[in-house]
Amino acid sequence: MEIRERYDHDVLVIGAGGAGLRAAIAAQEEGLSVGLVCKSLLGKAHTVMAEGGIAAALGVVRDEDNWRVHFRDTMRGGKGLNDYRMAQIHATEAPDRVREMEGWGALFDRTDDGRMNQRPFGGHTYARLAHVGDRTGLELIRTLQDHAVHEGADVYMECTIVKLFAVDGRVAGALGYWRPTGEFVLFRARSIVLATGGIGKAWKVTSNSWEYSGDGMAMAYDLGAELLGLEFVQFHPTGMVWPPSVRGTLVTEGVRGEGGILTNSEGERFMFRYVPEMFQGDYAETEDEADRWVGGDRVNNRRPPELLTRDVVAKAITAEVEAGRGSPHGGAFLDIAAKRSPEYIKKKLPSMYHQFKELAEVDITAQAMEVGPTTHYVMGGIKVHPETAETAVPGLYAAGEVAAGLHGGNRLGGNSLSDLVVFGKRAGEAAAKSATAAELAEISESDLETAITESLAPFQRQGGHNPFEVQEQLQRVMQDKVGIARTAEGLQEAIEDVRGLRGSLKACSVSGDRAYNPGWNTWLDLRSLLLVSEAVAISALGREETRGAHTRIDFPETDPEQQKNNTLVTEEDGRMVARKDPIPVVPEDLQTLIKEGV
Amino acid sequence: MARRTFEVYRGTAADGKLENYDVEVEPGMVVLDAIFRIQAGESPDLAVRWNCKAGKCGSCGCEINGRPKLSCMTRISDYPDGESITVTPMKAFPIIKDLVTDVSQNYRANKKIPQFRPRPKDAEDGWRMYQFEVDKAQEMRKCIECFLCQDVCHVLRSHGKHEEFAGPAYMVRTAAFSMNPIDTVDRIEFLKETGGIGYCNITKCCTEVCPEHITITDNAIIPLKERVVDRYYDPIKALVRLVRRGGKNG
Repeated sequence: MEIRERYDHDVLVIGAGGAGLRAAIAAQEEGLSVGLVCKSLLGKAHTVMAEGGIAAALGVVRDEDNWRVHFRDTMRGGKGLNDYRMAQIHATEAPDRVREMEGWGALFDRTDDGRMNQRPFGGHTYARLAHVGDRTGLELIRTLQDHAVHEGADVYMECTIVKLFAVDGRVAGALGYWRPTGEFVLFRARSIVLATGGIGKAWKVTSNSWEYSGDGMAMAYDLGAELLGLEFVQFHPTGMVWPPSVRGTLVTEGVRGEGGILTNSEGERFMFRYVPEMFQGDYAETEDEADRWVGGDRVNNRRPPELLTRDVVAKAITAEVEAGRGSPHGGAFLDIAAKRSPEYIKKKLPSMYHQFKELAEVDITAQAMEVGPTTHYVMGGIKVHPETAETAVPGLYAAGEVAAGLHGGNRLGGNSLSDLVVFGKRAGEAAAKSATAAELAEISESDLETAITESLAPFQRQGGHNPFEVQEQLQRVMQDKVGIARTAEGLQEAIEDVRGLRGSLKACSVSGDRAYNPGWNTWLDLRSLLLVSEAVAISALGREETRGAHTRIDFPETDPEQQKNNTLVTEEDGRMVARKDPIPVVPEDLQTLIKEGV
Repeated sequence: MARRTFEVYRGTAADGKLENYDVEVEPGMVVLDAIFRIQAGESPDLAVRWNCKAGKCGSCGCEINGRPKLSCMTRISDYPDGESITVTPMKAFPIIKDLVTDVSQNYRANKKIPQFRPRPKDAEDGWRMYQFEVDKAQEMRKCIECFLCQDVCHVLRSHGKHEEFAGPAYMVRTAAFSMNPIDTVDRIEFLKETGGIGYCNITKCCTEVCPEHITITDNAIIPLKERVVDRYYDPIKALVRLVRRGGKNG
């Protein structure tokens, strides 16, 4: 048996972005032993890339704001598919989760009277996002990381988990390998929190890194967890489009929050033409009104249509490009220089300034940026209990992007960072509670041996595909056939293609040894990524309508009937199947709130 | 489509050498893109750390033509056509493989910094701090932990004083805590003893390589050195301390 290292913990947290760190802190506060496993170095998880801010109805900038308004915005942004209870918990608890981080050392930007400042963002009625320039995620992850480490979490860095194990139906442990050495390591735990993030590496144009390969979803699915709402993948409207090597790199929504405008090749500010029926009357109707709002009079004017929800803006940019009114490199123009002074831009959007200056030779204080949609986030994920974040597998919890429910068919910007800390805490607490009532279990040595043999299989072959080729092919399939605009034909082809790529993966070989070998590491990640990609495609095929982030060219209308169900992917008799899962009925008082406003 | 030659370090600490790779490059490409092309082609096992590829996570620090750089933010066109570009791992840390080094000593140094502790809340909803009060600390909190300043610092790079000197990155972190307006913790003894701030002789190399443009020497290290000097080397304060100590012991 070749496992030289074995560790036991009460609670094991897999993933060390905002959700994982917050879960670890919560479980530690219960006095338990917590292991925190991260695929990269600590502090490098996706949370670090979040830019614009964290949404919480603090009511600082506008006292009319409260959880009810935030709840309503979230539900409307999600196009009716959210789990209402999660949206309610999120809106209610986010303010406390943000404030407590100041006590751990976070330094958010201030208002003139010394309180936390808040910035406007797409789909939020009021300025709601606490922020630090355009590096809010860095502030969050550093604060949580320092707090977790100083409170005593055992951190296992550059360790990838490849398989979860259950004993008598309850989750019992996780097998991983150290990236630097390729040696295997076993973690046993009384309960496990998955906080492994999303799946964005499956697309060619993406703002996500190599880490986002859907490991948590795939491993939970293998143990019998259910995957919910995976047809909803968020294409952020503003990624860089030029030069080619940075295509997809994120341009924060904060640019529009600070007044940035979108124009086409004819110089037209086109978003005024794309206000959907459900948001009619909520947005400025003239450029003058939008300018007055940007200028500071937010009580008497409505916000600019550039601040519509991300699904709407992404589709509008795509439509403009398709109509022949795109920018030279196939996007739209995003201009902040037209509305703000160079000093203001450098203070509020410093990393955007450097990013464009250094990577595209564009000075955003003087010139417009070119932007277009980029794969950013998955609203779907593992189905969890709205209060405890427990999955269908006893003892297994999921929080953050890996979990589903809060965001429905489209996520509002800023609601992800708050999701991480609200549900990270809840998952950590619930995992701690159930850990105290559970025992560590023995994991079968032969099961471990099988998992290790499977993981090492490509070393036994020679002359097969390079795993990076399979990854590239997958990215092309998903980009072309499971992208922003989908058809039944394309999705069916994609399902076949992805299944075919599973065959190619089995024929891959890797060279070199196990120590820090990106070819082998990518091969292992692709096992998860292919599984989740298939789940996305079959979910998308089943939803025969256009709603939120899911657009079907062959079903361009939103069908009220289909608002009643989510898509649930499970394994039945060894096959992956998608079925309808009724959405929890929203209590009457909340329904009235959503329909009629506060 | 132009081609460029990259000389990339391949191997471990014990055994390694520069390997030549001929890579097709397109306009706008950065050095990390060239590494990806090598992986996708002839050497899938070429080891490199990276995450965000946008200068925000600080994972891909290495040395390009001997200068500490983020490979994701370094454009190939910054180097003259026809000349090869050398990519080597950060020299101040033990090599694990190829471009990847063992940076664990940085995490150990960080753990030694006395933790942030706030004063009691000013109001029910938290603290009151003005923007001018937080500006200095916010500059320090821009640090992305890329370790390039640690790499270039001669105390670490040439003299290997990793256990004696926390290094510029952790002077920045200490400054971030200590400049937080609501912090209550005294880190002066830490700076002098465990942190080894006296090792820094303010050559400012760290400031030059910082991709976040943090003025490490002037705004973090020098103010912290002043605090240490005030406490330990101010002759009047030293006398007072001596008298007090004498009183206590006697």
